[in-house]
Amino acid sequence: MFCERDERILFSDLHFEVAGGELVQVKGSNGSGKTSLLRIVCGLNEDFSGAILWKGEPVADVREDFLASMIYTGHRAGVNRILTPRENLRWSASLQAPADDSQIVEALGRLGLRAYEDIPCRNLSAGQTQRVALARLLISKASVWILDEPFTTLDIHGVKNLENLLAEHVSTGGAVILTTHHPLSVNCRARALDLDQQRINS
Amino acid sequence: MNDAREIQGLKGVSTWSAFCATLRRDLIIALKRRNDLLNPIMFFLIVVSLFPLGISPDPVELSSVSAGVVWVSALLASMLSLDNLYRADYEDGSLEQLLLSPQPLYFLVLAKNIAHWLISGLPVVILSPLLAYMLYLPSEAYWTMVLTLLIGTPVLSLFGSIGVALTVGLGSRGLILAVIVLPLSTPVLIIGAKAVTDVMFGLPVSSHFALLGAILALALTMAPLASAAALRISVN
Repeated sequence: MFCERDERILFSDLHFEVAGGELVQVKGSNGSGKTSLLRIVCGLNEDFSGAILWKGEPVADVREDFLASMIYTGHRAGVNRILTPRENLRWSASLQAPADDSQIVEALGRLGLRAYEDIPCRNLSAGQTQRVALARLLISKASVWILDEPFTTLDIHGVKNLENLLAEHVSTGGAVILTTHHPLSVNCRARALDLDQQRINS
Repeated sequence: MNDAREIQGLKGVSTWSAFCATLRRDLIIALKRRNDLLNPIMFFLIVVSLFPLGISPDPVELSSVSAGVVWVSALLASMLSLDNLYRADYEDGSLEQLLLSPQPLYFLVLAKNIAHWLISGLPVVILSPLLAYMLYLPSEAYWTMVLTLLIGTPVLSLFGSIGVALTVGLGSRGLILAVIVLPLSTPVLIIGAKAVTDVMFGLPVSSHFALLGAILALALTMAPLASAAALRISVN
């Protein structure tokens, strides 16, 4: 797995690659472009110059393969408030990779949402909604996880739980790119990319 | 392990099942939000029933405007409910997930548009004979009106979707949506209403149907592509 990009708006001459079995934490002060960077990498933001390569090929050429191998959770959880966690995940699964009901229930259970499967998401707390979004990671078969501030609104157990999930994913050969201000304590290969140092002050 | 994951990821799900899941999801959301479901239908009923009060209860006068009234109300009812199409998904981030699906966006957008038509367009088509009766539309024009609406309302949903997709990221949309959507939908209104009026005068209407059908074919093939491109810009 190989990823590379060059960019000249918020950051210039930024170049990095992420390999399987590795966690990259994007650091930087508020407004340094962490979210923009992640959105550019996953293809939601196209206002940049440079190149993103997936397995050595430009993402535009292998977009379908890239999207099928990648999962993104952003500031907005992507969880509909009217639907239940089960219905939300069913839809997410149908877009990404097939998952049956037992997988969905199991994923929700692992994130501490057992017995919440059929409660409308508007009745869940912010942290629980975030957990529903994170349950997507468990039901998807994506090898690259791109997570924007996944720890916000999670409680101590939730944070611990997510750290374990990240370590487990990385140890089985997956890759994680995430932004967080939370001091990470994951038991796997991790490195940091500091956007503040990348930026050239003019 | 890594390879196994990638192979599974590549296989993914079929476009058809993603299409069905998106359609089902939007219908479930609509059914759970009764108010939004009833709004376009109630609006349609109210607007049409106000015309006899505003113009005149005289059957001759009413029947001469009935085709236009039903068609204009159907257009407005469709526009009223358009905003629901992508707004909630934009705000809660589901739209990003939709855009990041490996499935072709054309079919996912088409599924959402079909759901919108089933919710806002189809009830209008079904109710239209009742309202036409109220407006003294001559009975020989009923079928023409129902058929033109049946062909025309999906076009309204499909073209409307482009406008909503373009404006979903804007904070205050105001009338922009109407300015974008109305020029696209007025040809349908003109042809649809004209077909019904022509039938009342005993004129042939097959050319109108041919035109409506052509517009529908164009909308079905092109509009979801335009909506998908517009959504990408809005989320950017």
